[in-house]
Parts: sequence; C-alpha cells; structure tokens
Amino acid sequence: MSNTNIHEWTLLEAAQNIREGKVSSREVTKAILDRISELDPKINSYITVLPEDAMAAAAACDEEQAKGSPLGPLHGVPIGLKDLFCTRGIRTTCGSRALAQFVPPYDAAVAEKVRSSGAVLLGKHNMDEFAMGASTESSWFGPTRNPWKLSCIPGGSSGGTAAAVAASLCFAGVGTDTGGSIRQPASFCGVVGMKPTYGRVSRHGIVALAASLDQAGPLTRSVADAAALLEVIAGHDRRDSTSVNLPVPDYLSATKKPVTGMRIGLPKEYFEIEGLDSGVKAAMERVLKSLTEQGASVVEVSLPHTGYAPSVYCLIASAEASTNVARYDGVRYGFRAEGDQGFAEMMSKTRAELFGEEVKRRIMIGTYALSAEHYDALYVKAQKVRTLIRRDFEEAFQKADVLLTPTTPVTAFPPGEKTKDPLTMYLVEALTMPCNLAGIPGISVPCGFSEEGLPVGAQLLAGSFREETMFAAAGAIERAIPSPRVMPALRVD
Amino acid sequence: MEFEAVIGLEVHAQVSTKSKLFCACSTKFGAGPNENTCPGCSCVPGTLPVLNRKVVEYSIRTALATSCTVQRKSVFDRKNYFYPDLPKAYQISQYELPIARNGHIDIEVGGQGKRIGVNRIHIEEDAGKLVHEGDLSGAQASLVDLNRSGMPLMEIVSEPDMRTPEEAVAYLRNLRDILLYLDVCDGNMEEGSFRCDANVSIRPKGQEKLGTKAELKNMNSFRNVERAVEYEIRRQIELVEDGGKVVQETRLWDAEAGVTMSMRRKEEAHDYRYFPDPDLLPLMVEDSWVEELRGTIPELPGPKIERLAGQYGIPKYDAGILASSRKLADFFEASVAIFNGAPKTTANECVHWKEAILSEKLSPETIAHAVEDRENGTISATASKKLVTAVLETGKPFRSLRDEKGLTQVSDTSALDAIVDQVLAASPKEVESYRGGKTGLLSFFVGQVMKESRGKANPKIVQEVIRKKLG
Repeated sequence: MSNTNIHEWTLLEAAQNIREGKVSSREVTKAILDRISELDPKINSYITVLPEDAMAAAAACDEEQAKGSPLGPLHGVPIGLKDLFCTRGIRTTCGSRALAQFVPPYDAAVAEKVRSSGAVLLGKHNMDEFAMGASTESSWFGPTRNPWKLSCIPGGSSGGTAAAVAASLCFAGVGTDTGGSIRQPASFCGVVGMKPTYGRVSRHGIVALAASLDQAGPLTRSVADAAALLEVIAGHDRRDSTSVNLPVPDYLSATKKPVTGMRIGLPKEYFEIEGLDSGVKAAMERVLKSLTEQGASVVEVSLPHTGYAPSVYCLIASAEASTNVARYDGVRYGFRAEGDQGFAEMMSKTRAELFGEEVKRRIMIGTYALSAEHYDALYVKAQKVRTLIRRDFEEAFQKADVLLTPTTPVTAFPPGEKTKDPLTMYLVEALTMPCNLAGIPGISVPCGFSEEGLPVGAQLLAGSFREETMFAAAGAIERAIPSPRVMPALRVD
Repeated sequence: MEFEAVIGLEVHAQVSTKSKLFCACSTKFGAGPNENTCPGCSCVPGTLPVLNRKVVEYSIRTALATSCTVQRKSVFDRKNYFYPDLPKAYQISQYELPIARNGHIDIEVGGQGKRIGVNRIHIEEDAGKLVHEGDLSGAQASLVDLNRSGMPLMEIVSEPDMRTPEEAVAYLRNLRDILLYLDVCDGNMEEGSFRCDANVSIRPKGQEKLGTKAELKNMNSFRNVERAVEYEIRRQIELVEDGGKVVQETRLWDAEAGVTMSMRRKEEAHDYRYFPDPDLLPLMVEDSWVEELRGTIPELPGPKIERLAGQYGIPKYDAGILASSRKLADFFEASVAIFNGAPKTTANECVHWKEAILSEKLSPETIAHAVEDRENGTISATASKKLVTAVLETGKPFRSLRDEKGLTQVSDTSALDAIVDQVLAASPKEVESYRGGKTGLLSFFVGQVMKESRGKANPKIVQEVIRKKLG
C-alpha cells in the first residue's frame, strides 16, 4: 500500500488500516511526525512534540499486535491533546508562563482513556493562555496560525488542536470547550468539533478555566471520528463530582441514522445577530436545504435570553477563572519574580509578570464580580439569568429535536483585528456560549467555504445527553456537503 | 456604669476520620513533612475535590447531639485569600448554606443551669502549615508542610449567649465532652484538633444592642481561653471607662505576657469573595439517613449526669466527674452491676482510679471487689488501696492478691479482745483521761490496736470493742 497519503486518512481509517495490518503504527506515526517537522514551524500548533515517546509507543503497539493481544479501538493511531490535559511525566503548560515548566505527577482521565484505547500520543497542542481567549494569540508559546490562511487566526482556545487536525498533524485531538473553545476553532479551521453534555466527560486532570462550564470533547476530520473518539473519552469518573453516571451509547451508529421526521429548530435570535457574514448565512441555507431534502422538518424557535449570554458568560467564567488561577502565586510551579520583601510583594510581582493581558482582564472582572459589594448585583444575577437561558433551551427542545445555527457569525480573521477590543472578541463566541451555560451538547460541522475560501461551520445543539440525535443530524450534513479531502493550502496572502 | 460582657465562641474541631476531607490521604498526626499529601491536597492543577462521606456522617451526628437542625441542602463555597500555606489560594468551606443550624448546648456554672445557642455547624478543609527557618522576624526562608492541608474540620459557631469567662469554658468543656462521646473528634487542644476563637464585646448592663466585638485567637487550652476572655473584658471596660472606643479587630492572645494584642483591624479584613465551588455539587442529605444516624447517638453527658445521680443515688457532682468521660461512666456502671451495695463508694473509687481506668489498666471487677470487700469489712480502706495498686503492678486478680498477701481484716471480736486488752494495759494514763471525759482519745486507742494488728484489724469493730471495755 502506498503510504504517501497516510495523512489524508480519517481517524477511523487509520485505525482500521493498522488493525488490518495494512500499515504499522510506526509507519503511520513516523509519517505524521515528519509532517509535523515539515509544516508545524509555519502553523505552531504544538507546544510539545514527543517524537521519541511516540515512536516508542508505536513500536509497543506493533509488538502487542504481533503477539495477538486484544486491541483498543484506536490502537496505534497517533493523536494529540490540548496542553491542559495533565499528562504524567510530560510538561503540561496550559499555554502559560506560569506552568511553562510544570510536569504533572498524574494523567488526566482523558489522557488515561486515550492511552488505554491504544492511541499514540504525539504531543500537546497550543492554546490560549489558561484557555482564556478565542484566537490562540495569547499563548506564551506564540500564536497558532490557521492552516487555510496563515495570516488568519485559527480560533481558540483549542486553536492548536483545530489547526493540527485540519493540517493533518494528527488524526484527531481532544480539546476543551468553556464558551465555544472547541466548536469555534473547529469552525474556523474546517474540522468537526464537539462539546459533550456537561458531566459526560471527566474533568479530572484538566487544568480548569471555569469548572461549571468546562467540558472536554473531540476535534476530528469527520463526524464518525468525533463519535468514535467521544466513545473513548466519555464515561463516569468518581474523581469528578460533576461527572454523570450514565452508560456511554453507541455514538458511531448514531451518525449513520436517517434524519427523516427530525425536527430542526432555527433559533431566530441566532440569525438576527449583528455582523452575521453573508457567506455564513448562505452556507446555513445550503445546510437547511440538505436536511429537509433528507426528510427533516424545520421549525422556528425562540431563545429570548440569548442576548444576555455574553455578559452572563463573562461574569461567571471570569469569577470562576479568577480563583482557579489564584494558585499561581510564586510559591509553587517554578516561576517567581525576583527582588521581593516578603510574601505579599513576592506574590504581587510574580503575578504581575506571570499573566498576559487577557488573563489579567478576567482576574479583574472575576474578582470584582465576587467582591462582597458587587456579588449580588453581578454574580448572583448572572446565575439567575443563566437559569433563564437554560429554560429557553428546555422550551425550544419541546418543539425541536436539534437546533441549527451558525457556529460563529464570521469566518477566520487576521490576528489583532478583533482581539484589540475584548467585547468584539466575546461576540465571536456569542453563538457558542449559551450552550455551555445550559450544559447541553453542541457540535460544529464543516459546511463549505466563504467566498474568501475560508471554512464555515454549522452548529447543532441538542438537549442534555441527546448526543445521538445531534450526531445523526451532523452525519446527515456531512453526507450532503462532504468536506472535499483537500488539505488546507497553508496560503500566506 | 456597670458593664456586661457578651461572648460567642467559634470552635474548629478536627473530624477524626481516617482520610482527609477531599482526598484519600491519611489524617494521622506526626508524619514527616509532606508525607501525608497527594496531588489532590497539594492542589496540583487539574485535581478535583471528592467529598468524604464519613465527614458528613460525623457532622450530622454532631448536629444531632447539639440539637441542631440538619439542612437537607448545604453548599460548599470557595473562600478566597492568598497565603503560602493555602495551595489553591482558596479554602473550601460552607458559607451561606451550612450542614446544620439552630442547636444548643446546656451548661451549668455555680449551680445555675443555662442554655447556650449553637448558631451553625459547617464543614471545611484545613490549610497547611508554615515552618520558618530561624525565628520568624529574621527567617531566611519559610517551608510549607501540607500534611494538614485538606484535613476535615467542623466549625461549630455558638450564639453570643455567654456572659462570663466561666460560662465560656463550661460551654467549651461540654462541647468537647459531646464530641468525645460521639467519637467524632479527639479533642486534643495542644495538637490543634480542638481550637477555639472567641468573640468578645461589652455593653452597659440592660442594653440590648451588642457592642463592637474583638475576635480573640491563639488560645490552646481551656485555661488560656478563660484568661484571654477575662483579660479582654477588663481591657474593653477600662478602655470605655477612659473614654475610648472598642474597635472591631482580631487580637492574638499572648499566654506568656497574659495580654491580647491587635493583629488586624476591620479595615484590613479580607474580602473572601465567597461563592459556591463549581467543582462540588450541592450536598443533599436524605431524611432517612439523618434518622438512621439519630439512632447511633449515645446517651450524652448532660442526661447521663441526671440519670447516674438519680439511678444510683450519688451526688450530682460525682455523677458529673464520672460522665466527663463515656468510658469512665460505663466503667462505673459495669462495676455497680457486679456489686451494687455502695454506689457512692464505687463512684469515689472510679474517680480515684480515673487515670488507670481510662488507660484500661483496671477491670470493673477489681473496683467492684475492692468496694465489696471494704463494705463487708473483709479489708480496710488502706488495704483496698494497696491491693488495687498491686493489681496494677502485677495484673493478678484482686481477690487472689488479697488472700496471698493476707490483707484480710480481723473483724472477729474475740480475736481482737487480747490486742485491745494489751493496748489498754500499756496506756494506763490515757485510759484514766478517757474515763475522765477525754473521749477524743478513742482514735488514739484505735490507732494503737491497728498498729499492733499490723493493719489487719477492722477499725470499726475495734472502736466498738474499746468503747465496751472502757464504758
């Protein structure tokens, strides 16, 4: 078999070819490592690449297979993890200076599950500092670029993972989504990105951004890949008190189910959003048409509190984040500013040097929202509105099985353009945040390109633990609008 | 103007579970620095808290024993502040919705009973500990020991119902006794498993409105609580009498100097930015569990004192000493079950041998036999004490030692006649004085007979024989 096109395989194809002995894990791993050496200097999607570890793991996989040992579903397939999943003995930076030297003494639940599925860990993906951002510009390890157009951002905060998957620098990756951090970069990079229901995947070992919103999920090049990878990482974990004890369904079969009779809800507020790109709008119309052609019906729904989502998100996520990053005080984890007089000064100096703009901004907002004086007017009120947002969805799902929306109002844009204005930047996630606030699952599926040739993503949302319905609709979109198997051009203009 | 003090107490009791509040690390005291730690309690990024069910169980039992209402729903909050011994930079505690509310503990001071309200009980984790190299001011470095990080604590907050240092100590003693009865805290104040902060204010007698309070910290014994509160009341009264004003502040008790010193003013107080910890779901307690635990609450010190005094006819004071320890009271009752002829004497003996009983070196039989033999005149009080000491030394049964050592008392009057005659013959002057009305000399004659009999004579019988002979 010709191995020149290895990188074009999907995750499931790679797994199948290795399992059937058509190719060895070493060959596949080597091919991807070579590709990383060649292309990643331009994209910067990895913070840490593990060539020796990966080749050793691949060799061990081949050996196991030769012995006839039982094989995991992702046996021998090289994948990557966003650099906020703790990996035992492997530096886990969270894109930050604070953890630039942090080597965890344990594996995150996701890392354990990925390893026990037989997958080979290639490395750790770039991300916004402490996952605070939507552009992967704020990483201490430099920005990641969009493989479709290097002068554009890949989205974020799982921008490294989305870019690496898009450029075939791994067969799949696991990211995290707090306000859209999987779906939004997936949309910008033309890959599938899925955020499961809150509690579906264990948060044990994820360096937290906002505990009540964070959820890990797959980034892949096909819907079936996303379903297969979710099956691997989902499941109850006693080490995470918010993990839900429900069996993991057969998501892969769900992706092949017909959508005949499925009620597709169109939340009108999502289409009325300011600055909705005409290319995005056109793509949505194509998606809708394809779904109705396959037998789905369309119903307009209303999510009246959508407009409050960015403010609510900003307050809650910042409040939680401000206390999560409080532990980086110079006492542990390496970095400490010099020339202090006692603890208070050491800590202030350290933290002043340690954090970037966006992290500092969120610490300020969060601390303010939690202060005794403003707690009721800001944090408590935000929680109340969060409940209203959740109820909006509950009502909408009385009328519709899934909701269809654009993932983002716009396509990828050049760095600095929007990040200069934090409010505009939050709006890039305006359509993805409500899903996190409600705890429901969401997926972004590629649905074509804008006139400029940049990928557009369609977002599907479903009720809690209704991932199967969502996967069925996602599969239908993918079948109707196949992402041509062209690799991004790494265009520079 | 006459002032009255208002005192409220906050007790931090370390819950005596085997593992910590949110991880599986050991709670054992005395391990080497950072030996009882894991990624969880050293707060390595990505680790999450998982609540120890046993701590909740112990807290519910404490709530029931202090007549609190157990809350169906309680919530864990993050209490945010920076300190090197706090590795997450927040402590997980309960703030708005604690596990229990509205209880009380009854105390007695100077024969006066009083009911002290318990405002709330909440569950929280302890912080680590700093060890300074050299003395604090000139320390080159401070080292962090996280063995204590994540230790389970119950904070038991009283109402400001106490008016004197004595009441404060009585409340603390009763609370500690209750925790020991429940076996939910070892009550060790020196090792810090039972710590107390006191809120003290004064107001003109008769005034309802509370005065400005000072919070006292760093008192590691009942005696120090008493002294510190006493000092603080005096300080505040003198301050006000001199035209000053009490300011809200935290003050540290300096046991050596015998004074409290300002540590931090209200303006410097932290804004802890409490909010529900999103890593933990609200704690829901089912009624059936509470009822099940209600069945495990033993008879508590207060009711026990009443019952022991009533049932055995012993003074309340003695019953109080016996009930100060569940073990001692059980021992007493076991002893009385073997010999019930003289519960008051049994009680005295139990109090006398308290240390040995608590360290399980004596059996109820030993005390029962000692009391029985004494009551029926087989042995003297002195012999009884000697024999119990011998039991402690040899571990042999009381009665075999008694027979072995020949310490049985002579109560047979005919056997004593000869000795009495001998003593009287040897002391003609005293006999004359006695007969002349100096009856106080009786004890002199008894003493002589006891000496002659080498302690074996029964002094009661001896008295009777002498009286008869000289009468």
